[in-house]
Amino acid sequence: MISYIIKRLLISIPVLFGISILAFFLVRLVPGDTVTAMLGNNYTPERAEALRAKYGLDESVLTQYVLWLKNVLQGDFGYSHFTNTPVLQAILIRLPITIELAVLSVVIAVILAIPLGTISALKRNSKFDYGASFAGMLGISIPNFWLGTLMILFFSLYAGWFPSGGFVGLYESVWGNLRSMILPAIALGTAVGAVAMRMTRSSMLEVTNQDYIKMARAKGVSKRRMIMRHALKNALVPVVTVLGIQTGYLLGGSVVVEQIFGLPGVGQLSLQAITNRDYALLQGTILFIASAFVIINLIVDIIYGFLDPQIRY
Amino acid sequence: MSEYIMEVNDLKTHFHTKTGVVKAVDGVNFKVKKGEILGIVGESGCGKSVTSQSIMRLVGSKSSEHVSGEVRYHGEDLLLKTEREMEKIRGKDISMVFQDPMTSLNPAYNVGTQIAEMPEIHEKKPKKAAWKRAVEMLTKVGIPSSEKRAHQYPHQYSGGMRQRGVIAMSLACDPDLIIADEPTTALDVTIQAQVLDLLRKLRDDTGTAIMMITHDLGVVAELCDRVAVMYAGKIVEEGTIEDIFDRPKHPYTKGLLNSVPRPGRRERLQPIEGQPPNLQNLPQGCRFQDRCPFVMDKCLAQQPELLPAESEQHTVACWLEEEGQPDGDRGTRKNRQPEEAL
Repeated sequence: MISYIIKRLLISIPVLFGISILAFFLVRLVPGDTVTAMLGNNYTPERAEALRAKYGLDESVLTQYVLWLKNVLQGDFGYSHFTNTPVLQAILIRLPITIELAVLSVVIAVILAIPLGTISALKRNSKFDYGASFAGMLGISIPNFWLGTLMILFFSLYAGWFPSGGFVGLYESVWGNLRSMILPAIALGTAVGAVAMRMTRSSMLEVTNQDYIKMARAKGVSKRRMIMRHALKNALVPVVTVLGIQTGYLLGGSVVVEQIFGLPGVGQLSLQAITNRDYALLQGTILFIASAFVIINLIVDIIYGFLDPQIRY
Repeated sequence: MSEYIMEVNDLKTHFHTKTGVVKAVDGVNFKVKKGEILGIVGESGCGKSVTSQSIMRLVGSKSSEHVSGEVRYHGEDLLLKTEREMEKIRGKDISMVFQDPMTSLNPAYNVGTQIAEMPEIHEKKPKKAAWKRAVEMLTKVGIPSSEKRAHQYPHQYSGGMRQRGVIAMSLACDPDLIIADEPTTALDVTIQAQVLDLLRKLRDDTGTAIMMITHDLGVVAELCDRVAVMYAGKIVEEGTIEDIFDRPKHPYTKGLLNSVPRPGRRERLQPIEGQPPNLQNLPQGCRFQDRCPFVMDKCLAQQPELLPAESEQHTVACWLEEEGQPDGDRGTRKNRQPEEAL
């Protein structure tokens, strides 16, 4: 198992290397640069040149990349000239918020998806099944920014149950933290949950037709035990795959949702970095999100091993 | 009465489909004695498996499935039991072995856990004792180093071992009756013989009755005490193994015996011409009429009942019995010895 994890991490090195190239050069294709964004109305060619020379932006792009990569490999992600903070520090401050949002969204998705999908499969073609399918289609189709905006309108503005935005730290108030996170988590988790529910349903349908389920019935296993013990574990393998992929998207989706709900997470940080052409910061956040992707995939593969004994590392 | 542990009377299982009613099982009667091995033989689609699943109440829960008649187990009608009561009987009193051992074990759990589940749910055994029983059972069905093997998953077992595992599972609560639905069909011939040996040995040791569902006359000859021959949802002939193999009465039984190759005989095989009738659209009269070489006017008009022929135990549903047998050689070339029927 440990050697497998190490192997997987080693394989991810070239992936991350490729991403670093893309992140670095794509950012530089955007018109304007840090300096123009910083100077704004005070822009004069002389000032700009002076700043570029100061930040090393007058070097060739290739030299800049090599320099950046060398620093990154030493753990130095550079310095955001716009906010005057080290990139790593800026990301680490905001990372917990994004992680909390992602985890909460997945938890909400799983809590909704697995029971609903299972019941749908067992009561196939019933009213419940049709209702759940309809809700699932809605959940997949509704964009999270629209859902988020509507939820703010109804639950924050009209009902006043939740704050309309802003973030309360977990250490300040657990309840306050949860209140500030629940709406964005629902907005993000709905689509994930809807996809996972459809997957649970079809996978459950397939599994309940298997001989070993008939065998379980013939053994005298109760219907409940048959589903919880004999069917669910087998049905969950494809669901975990879907959840893994969706969790990846969730990190991207959180850029928008964090913006709507005013959550100071990594998504919001990267959006700021784009607006400000804050090269070092943007490269850093992209690299972080990519690493998160790689790690999530690794976690999914490890979970497989627990669900399906035929997978051995 | 107590001689029989199970009496099935006029069992009918009909499936209501969009295109009509499929009469998969249509008035089946048979009895199982304590400790005997009863073979139920017939072609694919004749209702053998549906019969077994109707007895276990594994069909009949959906609105499209209609099961009627009586399945008396120790005098009590299983068809009247609630689902809860059935759960207590399934696996404990009557257990099942399915056809395909590759798919009838759950891939997500090790074999020991799956066997131990039986004493856990039926006898409320604590986990450790149940596990011990599972290992014992695996030893009993001839799995070497069973302690270690119990920890392994189905994919680490070969086909024959898996079927042994399934048999171990079916035996774990010491049932009165094991319904084996083509347990050897999916296995290699050498493994088949081992599994059949095992089943017979287990019957001799434990006194468990076995209902052996198969299309393989070789298996029947090898293992069974009595045989019921099914055709298109009905039993057409029933008797001891000698009755069926030495003195077959029904043209269908004769046809089946003639279509099995035997070592040492160089005669041409005589297949039964034609196809079984559509179960949605059964003919009036005898169901074998289209394929029967001796078909008479009466066969087209009226269905024959299963009635004793020669002896009380040897019953046959054929008008020829009433009308007198045709010359022995018209239907069968020669009567064969059952021992050769492999």
